[in-house]
Amino acid sequence: MLDTELRTMINEVKDGRMDRRGFIQRMIALGLTAPMATQILAVGGVAMAQSPAQYMPTKRGGGGPLKLLWWQGPTLLNPHFATGTKDQDASRIFYEPLASWDLDGHLNPILAAEIPSIQNGGLAADAKSVTWKLKPGVKWHDGKPFTADDVVFNWEYATDPATAAVSSGAFGDATVEKVDDLTVRILFKVPTPFWANAFVGAYGCIIPKHLFAEYKGGKSREAPNNLKPVGTGAYKFVEFKPGDLIRGEINPDYHMANRPYFDTIELKGGGDAVSAARAIIQTGEYDYAWNMQVEDEVLLRLEKGGKGKTIYAVGGDIEFIAVNSTDPNTEVDGERSSMKTKHPILSDIRVRKALALLIDRNAVQKVIYGRAGRTTSNYLNGPAPFVSKNTSWEFSIEKASKLLDDAGWKPGADGIREKDGKKLKLLYQTSINGPRQKTQAIVKQACQKAGIDVELKSVVASVFFSSDVANPDTYAHFYADLEMFQIPMTQPDPVLLMRRYHSRYVATKENKWQGSNFPRWVNKEYDAAVDAAETEVDPVKRAALYIKCNDLMWQEGVMIPVMHRVKVGATANALRPVMSGWANDLDNLQDWYREATG
Amino acid sequence: MGQYVLRRLLIAVPSLLGISLVLFTVLALAPGDPFGDLATNPNVPPEIALALRAKFGLDDPIYLRYLHWLAAMAQGDWGFSFASRTNVDTLILQRLPTTLYVIGSAQLLALAIAIPVGVFAATRPYSIFDQIANTLAFIGFSLPTFFTGLLFILVFSVKLDWLPFVYSTDVKGTGIHWVLEQIKQAIMPVMVLGLFQAASMTRFVRSAMLDVIRLDYVTTARAKGLGQATVIVKHVMRNAMIPVVTLIALQIPAVFGGAIVTEQIFRIPGIGSLLISSILSNDTPVVMAVTFVFACLVVFFNLIADVLYGWLDPRISLR
Repeated sequence: MLDTELRTMINEVKDGRMDRRGFIQRMIALGLTAPMATQILAVGGVAMAQSPAQYMPTKRGGGGPLKLLWWQGPTLLNPHFATGTKDQDASRIFYEPLASWDLDGHLNPILAAEIPSIQNGGLAADAKSVTWKLKPGVKWHDGKPFTADDVVFNWEYATDPATAAVSSGAFGDATVEKVDDLTVRILFKVPTPFWANAFVGAYGCIIPKHLFAEYKGGKSREAPNNLKPVGTGAYKFVEFKPGDLIRGEINPDYHMANRPYFDTIELKGGGDAVSAARAIIQTGEYDYAWNMQVEDEVLLRLEKGGKGKTIYAVGGDIEFIAVNSTDPNTEVDGERSSMKTKHPILSDIRVRKALALLIDRNAVQKVIYGRAGRTTSNYLNGPAPFVSKNTSWEFSIEKASKLLDDAGWKPGADGIREKDGKKLKLLYQTSINGPRQKTQAIVKQACQKAGIDVELKSVVASVFFSSDVANPDTYAHFYADLEMFQIPMTQPDPVLLMRRYHSRYVATKENKWQGSNFPRWVNKEYDAAVDAAETEVDPVKRAALYIKCNDLMWQEGVMIPVMHRVKVGATANALRPVMSGWANDLDNLQDWYREATG
Repeated sequence: MGQYVLRRLLIAVPSLLGISLVLFTVLALAPGDPFGDLATNPNVPPEIALALRAKFGLDDPIYLRYLHWLAAMAQGDWGFSFASRTNVDTLILQRLPTTLYVIGSAQLLALAIAIPVGVFAATRPYSIFDQIANTLAFIGFSLPTFFTGLLFILVFSVKLDWLPFVYSTDVKGTGIHWVLEQIKQAIMPVMVLGLFQAASMTRFVRSAMLDVIRLDYVTTARAKGLGQATVIVKHVMRNAMIPVVTLIALQIPAVFGGAIVTEQIFRIPGIGSLLISSILSNDTPVVMAVTFVFACLVVFFNLIADVLYGWLDPRISLR
């Protein structure tokens, strides 16, 4: 029984989409006893530290080819330049970090000999330094030894401003020093409870010093190995055609026993998600495809074919509606949505609360997301210790109407509410994307019933999500009343996700709209909780602080959660991929294998 | 004649400059930026996106960026892709063989169908054969390639499981097996494109033939007692092919430009799919290079067509 599959089923039980009896019956069919099946469920419900996925093969290689289909073709192979998941995945085939995240958001050592902890002396009690011990005997694909010098070099390379590496954010203002050939120490200026950002996961992949030392800073683009990676990974580089094809072959000197299973790997890029799903599930031409942004209805239809199936991994990605705190229709010193203004309608908490009551999450989940989404009332949806149990959501047009009545918005002749001769009219924007437009329609309908006139706007994704300073339609400019999109949670710690709405990061003309607090929300209590959590070493207190942050957002109604999104992949029946909601699809590639019988 | 060619060449230079200026301005004014993906990622500090923009010169004024591009292009430097940081010429050369193979085969297929069918239909206008050919041609060019492509996939890949629908540049095997695999995976895209082209070309060949077939000299040839085949092949076709040859010459740039839709459907790594993915990621240098090459080809083949006209009908080059 596949770990991921089991988890998907456990999650289904948790959400009530499969009943306990159905689960236990399926387990019995697989040869388990009923008490054992119940136990699995209990363990799954707690979802605490589990060992990483079981790996069955007893020898290296012999698994034939592994064929992957990424509908966005990777375009570069240097992890420090990777501009999206597609490039991170491509780099990850050849390069490795010190550790990666497993299914539950726990660390799993890759190039590290062990995970630092206070017990083994790796973590300083004041959380101001972390010492990583490296695995001995690891070799680069060209035979040179992997040492602490390589790790230190990666820090120098990424944090050199002239390199303009996207991985530099993982280091913050930390410094990295070599202790001995197989030990490195990361020193932080302030206590850093989330110390596992540098050298971990997608941005933590390590490139060899001996091949990149000459190409640091301004010359970074000229390195010949940007296109011919020489890493420590399970597969060695063979061929790369940007946007089209990546080929690799087994690394016979790989540092993990019995791994990898496949003899060759091929990653084909291009096309669209639906036809990728078809090539895996229906025709079986390929083994695995990532990121199935396809309506569940279509996937269910394809799955009747039987050559493949979809798999799911729960992380913390959240689709939400942000409420503008400032007035988008008034210009102050040449700036709309200026911090000097207050939103004329939405600054009344009763209106915001009414809006939160008008999101029919059940309908959105049922009609649009299916298995790929879960209803939620939280902005912060994982890992488990950080999830608030103090919030709840409901869909009620009556309650919303009552709140609006109380706020002084009275229905006019046309059914639209008015106050002081002004109509209750809101502009609701999002990016162009099937599920988002459908969600907009569902929300608009409910709002109409409550007497709110909602105007919908959709912007091409490449514009909406751009950092283009001159474009007024980006999400950061936020020249609308409401806007909806998804923020991915790229690691199992809330620090970056929650820091975004600190008042220090308000997006304004002054900082060229590069601030992450685009709803321009200012709340002293929230700021204080975020600041405290960033340096709080006690995990229980820290979790409480983030739960408080989440609850403040909920009480204030500035961020209305719509859907907790689940990662979806398509896999051949016999393939056993390791998919984690806390890592990229290929972050545990060395553990993938194929079962002899599907 | 030489003067005529020279004159046409001199006109081509300013028109290419004009085209490049328009292309560049439109691209520079287009919204979005190549590092948009970084904007919602909480792990990437916004300063990095700003630094990248500055590093790649995206914040310079448009005229300065254009002059840089022009100067580099004049020295044969095509620039590098923002997305893959690879040189643009490498990217294009990597994709060109596949495009030429698939789109070229489709054009050949189209010709192989269109000329005989068009000629035969024109010799028997309004016969059953002509009616059927016409109907099929109308159906053929009214069905868009994205529709027929999907239909082919559903029938030949999903239902019958005969052909693969993901085009692979990395075909395993050697010798005859390799050749067979290459042919097998190209069948669907070539058919989809070829039939679409053939449909419109058939109509064109037929009408060109009909124009000539009614002329007096054809009647004279028949009156002299020449056989039907000789009249059609030697007298009619030779003259009717002049506009057809021009049409083909003007379509050759399209062979190099790839077929955007078909390449996307079958995941053919050709120029067309390179263009579309670059447009989606706002990768200006690649879009600029591909569209400019395309413009050059159009101008060049126009020139050839002009010269060809001049050679076929000397009165044109004297004017």
